[in-house]
Amino acid sequence: MHSYGYRANGVLSLSLTILALLCTVASLSGVILNLPPPSAHVEVVNINWFQKHRSGNDEVSLTLNISPNLESLFTWNTKQIFVFLAAEYETPKNSLNQVSIWDGIIPSIDQAKFRINTINKYRLADQGNNLRGREFNLTLHWHVMPRTGKMFADKIVMTGYRMPHEYI
Amino acid sequence: MDWQGQKLAEQLMQTLLLAFAVVAFVAGYWLGSFQMMLLIYAGGVALTTLITVPNWPFFNRHPLKWLDPSEVDRHPKPQPVKSKKKPTKQK
Repeated sequence: MHSYGYRANGVLSLSLTILALLCTVASLSGVILNLPPPSAHVEVVNINWFQKHRSGNDEVSLTLNISPNLESLFTWNTKQIFVFLAAEYETPKNSLNQVSIWDGIIPSIDQAKFRINTINKYRLADQGNNLRGREFNLTLHWHVMPRTGKMFADKIVMTGYRMPHEYI
Repeated sequence: MDWQGQKLAEQLMQTLLLAFAVVAFVAGYWLGSFQMMLLIYAGGVALTTLITVPNWPFFNRHPLKWLDPSEVDRHPKPQPVKSKKKPTKQK
């Protein structure tokens, strides 16, 4: 502490140590809160078309009404949330098929509760012709990206959807 | 900066940084703004630097009192006593 250099060094190293500590405490502060879990509702408004390609793969086009409420995921330490909707179904060959059909990035709590009417953003195609009459789940997955700390993910599974029995 | 000043500078630095960290965290959490926390803490670090790094007069209130040079003549430096016999390795 006898020279400018030593004092500046002391301030710098202690301030950075405390900054790391602040970030650690901030990342833990969000975990303590016991907020209600988020909710989501997805409705298949219309099946626009459903056909079998020449390659033999089924593909379907849906119009969806997606209305999630992810406000409770936002804490002061949340930077943004990545959210995607996946169609999940079982076929004789694979016990779990996951097709991402819509996604979005929610940058703030003001935009965490919304309602969107959209056709599937990404193609919902099967590796084969297993979609006719197939029961499927629509699962809303989300990844919470904090400013500091661990990223975590969760999902809501919505069951009871069924593909049409005939190509249209 | 004298000895007391150095001690004071170090204690001031630690206290100020910790206090600003606590204030910054509470304010940031209260306002729900991570940016506010970082801004308050950055301000605190800048203020701490300003207070503890320069050699301010209040760090020099306890100057060391050196003896007057005339004391040297009155109290000559004791000479090391020359030993009469050299230590020998073999006996």
